[in-house]
Amino acid sequence: MSGILNSSIGRKFAMALSALFLMIFLLQHFAINLLSVFSADTFNEVSHYMGTFWVIQYVMQPVLIFGVIFHFVMGFVLEIKNNKARQITYAKNNGAANSTWMSRNMIWSGLAILAFIVLHFIDFWIPEINTKYIVGDMSGMHNGEYRYFHELVEKFHSPLRVGAYVVAFVFLALHLLHGFNSAFQSVGANNKYTKGLKTFSKIYAIGIPLGFIFIALFHHLTGH
Amino acid sequence: MNLTLKIWRQKNASDKGKMVDYKVNDISPDMSFLEMLDVLNEQLVNKDESPIAFDHDCREGICGMCSLYINGEAHGPDRGITTCQLHMRMFKDGDTITIEPFRATAFPVIKDLIVDRTSFDRIQHAGGFISVNTSGNTIDANSIPVNKHDADKAFEAATCIGCGACVASCKNSSAMLFVGAKVSQFALLPQGKVEATDRVLNMVRQMDEEGFGNCTNTGACEVECPKGISLENIARMNREYLSATLKG
Repeated sequence: MSGILNSSIGRKFAMALSALFLMIFLLQHFAINLLSVFSADTFNEVSHYMGTFWVIQYVMQPVLIFGVIFHFVMGFVLEIKNNKARQITYAKNNGAANSTWMSRNMIWSGLAILAFIVLHFIDFWIPEINTKYIVGDMSGMHNGEYRYFHELVEKFHSPLRVGAYVVAFVFLALHLLHGFNSAFQSVGANNKYTKGLKTFSKIYAIGIPLGFIFIALFHHLTGH
Repeated sequence: MNLTLKIWRQKNASDKGKMVDYKVNDISPDMSFLEMLDVLNEQLVNKDESPIAFDHDCREGICGMCSLYINGEAHGPDRGITTCQLHMRMFKDGDTITIEPFRATAFPVIKDLIVDRTSFDRIQHAGGFISVNTSGNTIDANSIPVNKHDADKAFEAATCIGCGACVASCKNSSAMLFVGAKVSQFALLPQGKVEATDRVLNMVRQMDEEGFGNCTNTGACEVECPKGISLENIARMNREYLSATLKG
């Protein structure tokens, strides 16, 4: 097993595993965010649970952060290695004849998502960590009521921020349209289920980002 | 047909190389692409110019020698063919056609449109074979029952002619379709299972050492492959490799 990341197949396997992990996380994140559309109280309670339960905070959160960093770093490593594999480029290359735009531009959609994650961390994660672990306030309360739903709605007042979120989720959809299915191919799953999986991957890749866009627009347009 | 050709000219491996424009007239739509290049070369020889060097051998889509990147695609715009099977009827009178060598660090240009594909040979030497006793005690291969489904899949993988179109088409210059096909054709058969672990580890190691890129599953290789080798073979190689790695 030693040195598996030194091999091309080992790297793509690791990339796929981190991608599958992130896609499961994305689904869970979406499910919790969707609660904010239906019930502020339920959203507050679930958010408080997620933000204070030790397994999530001290086990899952570090694993998630590692997964995100690993996926991005490995993406850059692969891009650099792949560029070295063709140092003289074609004078004329018709990539559209044999592959999708999404599959050829994962690095660019990935960079757009990375920029979004930075914005998202500044918006939510850093203030949350500050409140809980630097200020030391684990209550989740502000002025006698849970602060989570209020903070969420507050962030979606700005049309600029909502616009940035919408654009980022479009890039996420483009990334997933190739990435979801690609992850299964990388772990060696290309069989009788592949056709069905491709259909499911399209539903996931478009449905989840569209759902996030809906949530952002819902709070922006309704103001609550 | 009258055509303008933009062709990569490079005197030798160390030359920088450049695109050069040529005109060819009265080309029959029924000519093959290589015959059209023959006509151009005849013109160049008659003018005491150096003819364009390009690879070819059987000219019937079997040997895998012809290796041109035509108008941005390996083996040109048609599907399921090699360059020698590409006909001029695929183009229109007055077209400008760009002709380049297959580009990959592991396929260095030797001259003009000819590239060195011996990296594929070295990958094959690393494990693309089975060890059979040939001292007179050879067992008839047909005496070992093979599942029909597996035999068909192995045969499909074995149709790979090693032309390198997969590498040329891949944005990462990955050789995984080629290596996947070579691993699969043996991994699926009982005769190949004996050395399966060493084979996949050695072939992948050699592939990486040659400087091919990492597969990102764009699928361009499968589309451009003249023999229609399926991406299933890459997935099978991935499984074989991971299983072999776990076995140590």
